[in-house]
Amino acid sequence: MSSDVRFTDFKSDKQPTWCPGCGDFGTMNGMMKALANTGNDPDNTFVVAGIGCSGKIGTYMHSYAMHGVHGRALPVGAGVKMANPDLEVMVAGGDGDGYSIGAGHFVHAVRRNVDMTYVVMDNRIYGLTKGQASPTSREDFETSTTPEGPKQPPVNPMALALAAGATFIAQSFSSDAMRHAEIVQEAIEHDGFGFVNVFSPCVTFNDVDTYDYFRDNLVDLGDEDDHDRHDYDAAKDRILDASKEYQGVIYQNENSVPYEEQHGLTENMADIPDGAPDDAMDLVREFY
Amino acid sequence: MPADFNWAIGGEAGDGIDSTGKIFAQALSRAGRHVFTSKDFASRIRGGYTAYKVRTSVDQVQSVVDRLDVLIALTPRTIEENLDELHEGSVIVYDGERTTMQGVEIPEGMVGLDVPLQSIAEEKGGAIMRNVVALGAACAVADFPIEHLDSSLEKRFGGKGQAIVDNNREAARAGRDYVHENFDHEFDYDLETTDNDYVLLNGDEAIGMGAIAAGCRFYAGYPITPATDVMEYLTGRIEQYGGHVVQAEDELAAINLALGGARAGARAMTATSGPGIDLMTETFGLIATSETPLVIVDVMRSGPSTGMPTKQEQGDLNQMVYGGHGEIPRFTLAPTTVAECFHKTVEAFNLAEKYQTPVYLAADLAMAVTEQTFAPEEFDMDAVEIDRGKVVDDDTIGEWQNEKGQFRPHALTEDGVSPRSFPGTTGGAHMSTGLEHDELGRRTEDTDMRVEQVDKRNRKVETAQEREPWEYREFGDTDSGNLVISWGSNEGAMVEAIEFLEEDGVDVRFISVPYIFPRPDLSEVIKDADDVIVVECNNTGQFADILEHDALTRVKRVNKYNGVRFKADELAEDIKETLSQEITA
Repeated sequence: MSSDVRFTDFKSDKQPTWCPGCGDFGTMNGMMKALANTGNDPDNTFVVAGIGCSGKIGTYMHSYAMHGVHGRALPVGAGVKMANPDLEVMVAGGDGDGYSIGAGHFVHAVRRNVDMTYVVMDNRIYGLTKGQASPTSREDFETSTTPEGPKQPPVNPMALALAAGATFIAQSFSSDAMRHAEIVQEAIEHDGFGFVNVFSPCVTFNDVDTYDYFRDNLVDLGDEDDHDRHDYDAAKDRILDASKEYQGVIYQNENSVPYEEQHGLTENMADIPDGAPDDAMDLVREFY
Repeated sequence: MPADFNWAIGGEAGDGIDSTGKIFAQALSRAGRHVFTSKDFASRIRGGYTAYKVRTSVDQVQSVVDRLDVLIALTPRTIEENLDELHEGSVIVYDGERTTMQGVEIPEGMVGLDVPLQSIAEEKGGAIMRNVVALGAACAVADFPIEHLDSSLEKRFGGKGQAIVDNNREAARAGRDYVHENFDHEFDYDLETTDNDYVLLNGDEAIGMGAIAAGCRFYAGYPITPATDVMEYLTGRIEQYGGHVVQAEDELAAINLALGGARAGARAMTATSGPGIDLMTETFGLIATSETPLVIVDVMRSGPSTGMPTKQEQGDLNQMVYGGHGEIPRFTLAPTTVAECFHKTVEAFNLAEKYQTPVYLAADLAMAVTEQTFAPEEFDMDAVEIDRGKVVDDDTIGEWQNEKGQFRPHALTEDGVSPRSFPGTTGGAHMSTGLEHDELGRRTEDTDMRVEQVDKRNRKVETAQEREPWEYREFGDTDSGNLVISWGSNEGAMVEAIEFLEEDGVDVRFISVPYIFPRPDLSEVIKDADDVIVVECNNTGQFADILEHDALTRVKRVNKYNGVRFKADELAEDIKETLSQEITA
C-alpha cells in the first residue's frame, strides 16, 4: 500500500465500450476513488466481475482482477480473500448477474460475511443482450421478452440482504459522484461484507429508470435525514418502503465480525513449504 | 488362492455396521495382517441393507473375491444378499433370540452359530454392544487373538471414557467365550499375526492426505457421495497447516471459491462426484482459459443423472477428457490404488501449477470407500516435491513486462507456459478472463491472437507430454500376447485375476494406466498383441474407445456396470471367456 496513489492509477489504458452516457462510468469512477481514498493500490487490490456490461469493469480498471462466469463473481471474490486476507477485494456485478443467476450466491455471500465489497450496477434491464427484463425491472416494464411487463414483482435486493443477515447495506446513484464514492468507501471500511446497490442507468434500453427519475425521486439518508443506520427496524422500514428510492448507508451492524476473523484466516496461503510439512508423517500415523 | 479370510457384517443402515466393520479391520491391521475392505450401502440413513466386508491375509490383498467365510447376519436379508458368496463350511453368526431372526434357515452345508448377541451385550452393560459381542464370536471362529481388538476398541470408544472401553472389551470376550463353550465345531481358520506395522485408509483419505502434503491450503466443496470423505478428512486437519475448508452453497460456488483461492496463489482443490462435475463444467473452461491451476477430484459413482449414488461406476471418463464447451487443454489422472490416490494427488498439484491448467483426478467409489493396508513408507513424505512452476516475484517480474511496464500473464512462450504473478506482487496487476485475450489478459477478437493463444494453451499439453513421465504400471507376463488394459481402481482385482488365470494356464500381460489425458502411447503395444481386452466399470467402454482411436485398431472389452466393482475371480472368468471370443459389431 502507498499513500500517494491516485484514483487514476486504477484506470487501465483500455477505452470502455459502454454506451456514451452509461451509468457504469460513474459507478466505476466512484469505485476507483474509494479504493484510492482507502489507501489501496492496484497491486494489493483484487477486482472480480461477472458477465454483462458490469462484467467489463475488470478490463477498464487496473488491478489484479478476475472476469468470471455469469453470476458467480462472489464465490471467486470470497476465495481470493480467504486465501490472502491482505488483499482488498471488490466484486462488481449487475442486477441480472447478481440477483438472477447469482441470487443463490448473493444470499450465501451475505451470510458468510467475508470482508469484501460488493458493488451491483443496477440498471433494471439486461443491457448487453439488448433490452430484456431483469429481476429488478418493474412489474409493468415492457421489453422484447415481456411485451406486457414481467407481471411479477421485482426483487428487492436490500430486503434479500437484510433477511440473509447482511452487516452492511447501502444504496447509491452513479451520477451523484461524490456521494457514491463516499458510500463505496464506507463499504470498503466496513468490517465484513459491504453491499452497495448502485442505480446505474441504462440510457439505451431503459427509458423509465432514468437519470431524471432518480434525481427527482432519490431520498438521501445522509446528514439531513435522521436515519440511524444501526437501527435494524428503521432499516427494515426503509427497505420495505416501496414508495421511495433511498441513497446512503441503510444498515450497518456494529458487531459485525468478518468470516476471516471468525475462522482465524490471517495467512497468505500462497506461502507454502518446498516439500511436505515437517510433521507430515503424523498424518500417516493417524491411520495405524 | 492365498490363505485369505473373508468376513462380513451386514444388517440395516443404522445398525452400526460401518463402525463395527472398521473396528475389526483395524484390529487385523494392527495384528500385522493385510486388509482390504468393501462396503455395500444404500442411499438412505436408516434402514436398507448395508454390509461391511473385510478380506484379510498375511500377504498383500488388493481386491475382493467372490467368497465369504464368516458372516455376521443382523437381519435375514443379510443371508439372502450374500448367498452367492457363501460356500460349504461358511459360518453364519446370528442372534436367534431376535424376533426377526427366529426361524432363519441356515443354508445346507453351512454352519449356523446362534449366539444371543443382545442378551450377552445387555449383561455386559448395554444392548448397543451386540455388534462387539459378534466380533468376539468371529474372533473365536477365526482363532484370532481377541487382544488385538482391544486397541481398536480403545481408538473407537476412548473418547467416551475408560468404562465404555472396558465394557466393550468384556462384551467381546463374552462373545468369544460363548462360542467356545457352546459349539463343538472345529473351525478351519487360524488367523496368524505378524509384527508388521500397517496403516489402514481409504482413497478419499489418501487424496486428502496427499493434498495437505502437496501444500494444498484451500479447499471448497459441497457434500456429495462418495466424495464427501475428502472434505471431512481435510476439515480440522488442513487448518493445522494454515489452510481452510469451505462448505459452499453448491458445486458452482465450490469450484468458483476454489478458483478464487487458486488465483490468489494458494494451492486449491475441490472434490465432487459426477452430478457435481456437470455443474462445475461451466467454470472448468474459465479455469483453463484464464490459465489458473486447480485440482478437481471426481469420485465417480453410477450415473447418469443421480443414477445409483452409492454404487460403483467409471462412467465419467468422457466428461473428464472431453467435457466442456469449446476445446479445453486439461490433464486427467486416474489413480489405480488407494496409495496411488496419495501420489497422484501430489502429482496433480504439480502438474496444475507447472502447466497452469485444471487437473482432473479421476477416482471412483470403489477406491474411495475401500480401506486398504499399506506399509507407512508407501506414503514417504520426504519424497514429496513441490514445483510451483513459473512464478515471478517483485525482482523477476521485470523480464515479463512490456515496454509500458505492463505484466504479460499470457505471454506467448515456446513451451506454452506463461509467467504467473500472485496478487500482491508489485507491477504484476492484470486481469484473468475466460474471454479470449491477448498477452496482457485483455479481451481480443483479433484472429491472429486467437490462433496464437489457442496454440499456446495447447502447447502446454505437448510440453508436458515431452517433459513428464507418462508411465503405466505393468504386471503379469510381459511376453504374453494376451494384453489386458485397465484404468483406475480395477488394478488390484486384475493383478489378482492374473493369479487365477495362471492357475488355469492362461498367461496375460496387464497394463494399468494412471494417465488418461495426456496418456502413454500404447498404440504399438496394442498392435503387437494377439488379443487386447480393455477392462472398465462402465457400459460402453469409454477408455476402450480412446485406445481404439489411438491405435486405429479394434479392442475387446470387459465391462461391468451393475454397481459392484470387479471381483478378482469373477474378472478372471470374464477375461478367459472374452479371450476366446471374436470381436463382433
